[in-house]
Amino acid sequence: MIAPAKSDLVTVNVDGKEIAVPKGTNVIEAARLVGVDVPYYCYHPKLTVVGNCRMCLIEMGMPAVDPVSKAPIMDPVTGKQKINWIPRPQIGCATNASPGLHIRTNTPQIKDCREGVMEFLLINHPLDCPICDQAGECKLQEQSTGYGRGYSRFIEQKNVKPKRTQLGPRVTLDDERCILCSRCIRFCKEIAKDDVLGFVDRGSYSTLTCYPGKALANNYSLNTVDICPVGALTSTDFRFKMRVWFLKQTNSIDTESSVGANTVVWSREGVIYRITPRRNDEVNDTWLADSARDLYKPVRAADRLGSPLVSGSAATGEVAMAKAAEFLKSSAGSVAVVGSGRSSVEEQFLTRKLATALQASTHLVSRTGEGDKLLISADRNPNVRGALVIGLIAQLPKSTLGELGAAIDAGRVKAVVSVGEDLAAAGLTTAQLAKVAIVYLGTHANATTAAAKVVLPTLMTFEKNGTFVNQQFRLQKFFKAVPGPTGAVEDVAVLARLVAGCGGAAVAGEINTLWTTIAAEVPALQTVTFANLPETGLLLDATPWATLPFVEGETLHYKPAAQPASS
Amino acid sequence: MVDFYFQLHPVIQAVLKGLAVILVIFPLGGICSMAERKVSAWIQGRPGPNRAIVPWIAWIPFVGTFLQRLGLFHVMADGGKMLFKEDALPGGVNKFYFILAPIVAMIPALTTVTTVPFGAYLDGHGAVIPLGLANVDIGLLAVFAVSSLGVYSLILAGWASNSKYPFLGGVRASAQLISYELSMTLSVIPVFLWINAPGTEGTMSLAKTVEFQSQPGFWGGAWFIFIMPVSAFIFLVSLFAETNRQPFDMPESEADLVGGFHTEYGAFKWGLFFVAEYAHMIIGSGVFTLLFLGGWNPLPWISLADLIGWLNGITGAAWIIHPLFVGLLSIGIFLGKVVFGIFFFMWVRWTVPRFRYDQVMELGWKKLLPLAIANLLVYAIGIAVITK
Amino acid sequence: MSVKIVERKPLTLAERTYIPQIVGGLKTTWKHLVRPKETMEYPEQRPAIPPRYRGVPTLVRDPHGREKCVSCQLCEFVCPPKAIRITPGEIPPDSATAHVEKGPQAFDIDMLRCIYCGMCEEVCPEEAIVLQNQFSMSGYSRDEMINHKDRLYELGGTLPDKHLKWDKKKAAEEHGNAH
Repeated sequence: MIAPAKSDLVTVNVDGKEIAVPKGTNVIEAARLVGVDVPYYCYHPKLTVVGNCRMCLIEMGMPAVDPVSKAPIMDPVTGKQKINWIPRPQIGCATNASPGLHIRTNTPQIKDCREGVMEFLLINHPLDCPICDQAGECKLQEQSTGYGRGYSRFIEQKNVKPKRTQLGPRVTLDDERCILCSRCIRFCKEIAKDDVLGFVDRGSYSTLTCYPGKALANNYSLNTVDICPVGALTSTDFRFKMRVWFLKQTNSIDTESSVGANTVVWSREGVIYRITPRRNDEVNDTWLADSARDLYKPVRAADRLGSPLVSGSAATGEVAMAKAAEFLKSSAGSVAVVGSGRSSVEEQFLTRKLATALQASTHLVSRTGEGDKLLISADRNPNVRGALVIGLIAQLPKSTLGELGAAIDAGRVKAVVSVGEDLAAAGLTTAQLAKVAIVYLGTHANATTAAAKVVLPTLMTFEKNGTFVNQQFRLQKFFKAVPGPTGAVEDVAVLARLVAGCGGAAVAGEINTLWTTIAAEVPALQTVTFANLPETGLLLDATPWATLPFVEGETLHYKPAAQPASS
Repeated sequence: MVDFYFQLHPVIQAVLKGLAVILVIFPLGGICSMAERKVSAWIQGRPGPNRAIVPWIAWIPFVGTFLQRLGLFHVMADGGKMLFKEDALPGGVNKFYFILAPIVAMIPALTTVTTVPFGAYLDGHGAVIPLGLANVDIGLLAVFAVSSLGVYSLILAGWASNSKYPFLGGVRASAQLISYELSMTLSVIPVFLWINAPGTEGTMSLAKTVEFQSQPGFWGGAWFIFIMPVSAFIFLVSLFAETNRQPFDMPESEADLVGGFHTEYGAFKWGLFFVAEYAHMIIGSGVFTLLFLGGWNPLPWISLADLIGWLNGITGAAWIIHPLFVGLLSIGIFLGKVVFGIFFFMWVRWTVPRFRYDQVMELGWKKLLPLAIANLLVYAIGIAVITK
Repeated sequence: MSVKIVERKPLTLAERTYIPQIVGGLKTTWKHLVRPKETMEYPEQRPAIPPRYRGVPTLVRDPHGREKCVSCQLCEFVCPPKAIRITPGEIPPDSATAHVEKGPQAFDIDMLRCIYCGMCEEVCPEEAIVLQNQFSMSGYSRDEMINHKDRLYELGGTLPDKHLKWDKKKAAEEHGNAH
C-alpha cells in the first residue's frame, strides 16, 4: 500500500484519531488507515484524482496561528491549539495530508452532504438492481444503504439513455446506470494509453460514449468494467450469467505470461464464471489483461483428457501409472524428460527428481511473444524462473527441441516423458515421435497424446494448488478453485508416483508435505512453506541468474536488468 | 328340515355345528373389528372408514351408499388383505411354537362358543327350550375351563417370537390372566348358590340361570345384576382383564411394548389373534348377559314366554307361537344385549386410560380378590339364612 | 413471586373406587359419540383456503402476459432448503419484452425440498414468485416433483399488477427525453 517513507511523515487527525502518514497521502487513504470509511465513486488509488462525484466530502481544518506572529492560538477551554475549520466541506480525494491537518467525517453537515449527493446520483438512476450484474458489488447500492435517505422524492420522469451499447467486443454499456465518475475514461487514457472514451451532452443528459469511429477494443478494456462503481459497464462475456453473491472467490495467478498477475477466480459449484484482477501493488496494481480473463474457458473444453490411456485404450489411473513407471524404469538411461515452463514449482521439482531417477536429460520449451509493456511480457511461460530456481534447467530454454530431436534420430533416446508439453508443437516431427515411446502428462488432447504410449490426465491451474516464480523472481501461490474432471489426477501426485515407481527416493505427492522436501533440498527456498507464503508473493534473490539473457522487456512493475552486450 | 338334521349321524352333526361356529365367529370377528374402528372414530369426532365398496352394491340407490358409509366393505377388504399378504416368518423365532400360538388362541375361542346358549323357543306345552350347540350341564365351568387355556397362546406367542417386547407381553399376559381368573370365578359362585336350592339336583348350566331369571314374581323375575350388583361388577372388571381390553391391555400395550405378544406376527396369523380376541369378547358379553342380564328375556320381570303370550293375545296370529319365530326373536334379544356389551367394551376403551402394570396387579390381588371373597361370604350366609 | 403450597385433599371413598369418575368419563365420550363429526372428507370436501395462504410457489405473469420474473436469483439465494435453481438468460432484442433485458432461461423448484416458508415470495423485487392456493403436490418420481418453468407459469397464471414498472419504462423509452 503506502510505502512507509519515514523521512516525510506528517501527522493528521481524523475524527479525533492521530495518525502519521506520508506527505501527499490523500484524506481517503489516511482515513482508511484509522478505520474511518470515506465513501467515494470517482476516486481510484491507481488513477488521477478528478473529484467529480462529490461523495467524499469531509470537513477540514488547520491549527490556528496568529497571522502576524505565526504563534499558535490556544483554545482556553481545551488547552490545545485552536482549529480553524473551513466552513464549506472539501472533497477528501483531492485533499492531501499536510502537517496538523484535521478531518471530520461524522458531523451532521457531512451526513447531509452525503445524503444530498446520493439523492442527486439516484434521481436518474434506473431501478435496475434485479437485472443488473453489478448488484451485490455495486458501490451505489452499498452507499445508498449507508448514506441514502431510503425513499425517493423524485416524481418526474427519469432520463432515458441508450441501454445495451456495445462499446467494444467485450464491453457492453448501459448509459442509464452511469453516474459519470469518469474512471473508465481515465483508465483508457492513463493506463491503457488508448484514449477512446468520453462524455457527450451536458448536465443530466451527459452520456458516456466512444469517440466516433473508435471502439473500446484494447486488451485492457475489461478493467473498465472492474473499476466501474455501478453497473454501467458490463462484461459481455459475464453479462447475465450468474449473480456475484453465489460465486466463490479463489486467489490465483495469471498463467498467460511471466508477469504473473494476481487474479481472483470466481466459481460456483465447480464451474468458473469469471476471472478478475487481485490488487498487488508490486506486480499488477489492480489491472488484468482481457486475454487473461478467458483462460478458464479450456477447463470445460471438449478435448479435455478424461481417462488415462495406455496404448490408446482407456485404463484406470493405477494401471496406467504402474505401466508408465515400469516401462520408464526398463528404459532408464535412454530417457529424456521434457519439463514445462507452465508447470508449477512443485511439479518442476518432481520433474527434476524423475529425471535424476531415470538418469535422463532434461529439456524445456520456451514460448515467446510480443510484450505489451504492461501486464503481458515477451516470455509467455509463467514459470521459467521456477525451473531455474528449482534446478531443473541451468540455461534459458530454446523455442524448439532440436537437441532432443537429434538425440532421437541418433537413437540415444528411446523414451520421452513430457509434462504437459506438446512435443509436435515444440518441433519434433511425426517420424521422431513415432520412434520413441512417450509418457504424456497433460490436460488436453493434441498431436503428442495421439502418439503417446501412456497418457496420464492431469489438472489445470484452476484445479490445483501450487506456486509460480514470475519475472521478478517473485514466488506466488495459487489455489484450487474447482475440482478437476473425473479421471484426472493432480500432477504432483502422478509425478511422485512415477518417481517412486522409477526407483527414486519416495517423495510426497501432496503439496504441503512436498514443500518440506523442497525447502530442505533447494537452498533458495529453505525458509518457505506453502502455508507461510504471503498472499502478495515472496521476492527471491535473483543474483545467481542475473547474467542470463531473459527475453522480457519492460512491464508495469519490472525493468529488465542491463542486457549483456551480445544481445 | 329340523327332523332331517336330527336324523343325521352325530359326527356329521358335530361337523356341521363346527362349520357353523367358524362361519359365524370369523365374520363376527371382522365385523367387531370394523365396529371398533367405527366407534373409535365416532368418539373421536371422525366419520371412520367409509370408502370401500363393491361395484354392484354401489349401484343400489341409498342402500349401497348407506352400506359404504357404514364401512361394511372394509371388513372384506381387511380380511382379504390379511389372507393374501405375505405371511413373513421373522428370523430367529421358534418356528413350531410360533405357528402353533395363533392356533392355540383359536381353539378355546371357538370351543367355548358351543357351550353358550344363545336363544330359546317354546315347545308344544309352552315350556322354554334353550338353543345351543352343546347344552352341557357343567355350562359355566366348561366356559371357564376352556377359555382359560387361551392364556397359553399368549405365552407361546411371546416366548416363541424370540424378541424382547413379545416376551414381556407374554409374561404380563400370563400373570394378569391368572390373577383375574380367581376373582372372576369367585364372583359367579353366589349366582349358582342362589339357583341351586339345597336338596335339588345341582347345575352349572347357563340355560338354567336364564330360566331362573324368567320366573314369575318379584324375586324370580329380577335379573341377577339387581340381586348381586357386586358380583356383576367384579365379573365385569375381571372380564375386561381376561379379554385384554383397555384399561387392562397390558399384554399388548402399544405405547410401551410396540404390539406386545403379537409384535412379530403379521398377516393371517395376526388376524387369528384378533378373531380370537373378539371371540372372547363376544363370549364374555354373552356369558355376562346370561348370568346377570337375563339372557333372552326382553326386560326385567318380563320373560320371553310372557312376551310371546301377550303378542299372541293381542294379534291372535298362529305364527307368533311358531318355534322358528320365537327362536329368532330370542336370538335377536340376546344378540342385542351382546352387541351392547361389545359396544360397552369399546366405549370404555376410549374412556379409561391404561393402568400401569403394578396397578393392574394391585387391583387384582388386593382389591378385587378380597372383595370377591367378602361378597361370596355375605351371599353364602345370606342365602343360608333365607333358605333355612 | 411467592410460592403457594396447596394441600392435596385426601380422596373420598367414592373417588377411590374410581367408579363415579369412570361414569363421568363414559358420559363425556358418549357426548362426543353423538356430536357432529369434526373432520372433513378430503377429496370431496375441500378446506376453504384463506387469503395469503402459503401453498405451492408459482411464477406469475402480469396482466399483459409478460413473465414477471427477471431472474435476479434473490429467491435462489434466500431459499433456506436450496430448492430453487435458476439459469438466467438475456431476452433477445427482437422480443416484445426486450426492454426487460433479463429473464429466466430455466427456473426449477424442487418440491421435494421446498418447505413452503414463503421467503422467495417475500424477497422477490418483481412480485413474480407467489405462493398460491395449491397445497397438494404428488408425482411418481423425483423428476416429476421438480416444477420446471412451464409448469410454474401454468400453476401461477396471471395476477394483477399495481405498478406495471416495466410498461412505464418502455413508454418512457418510446417517448424519449423531455428536451
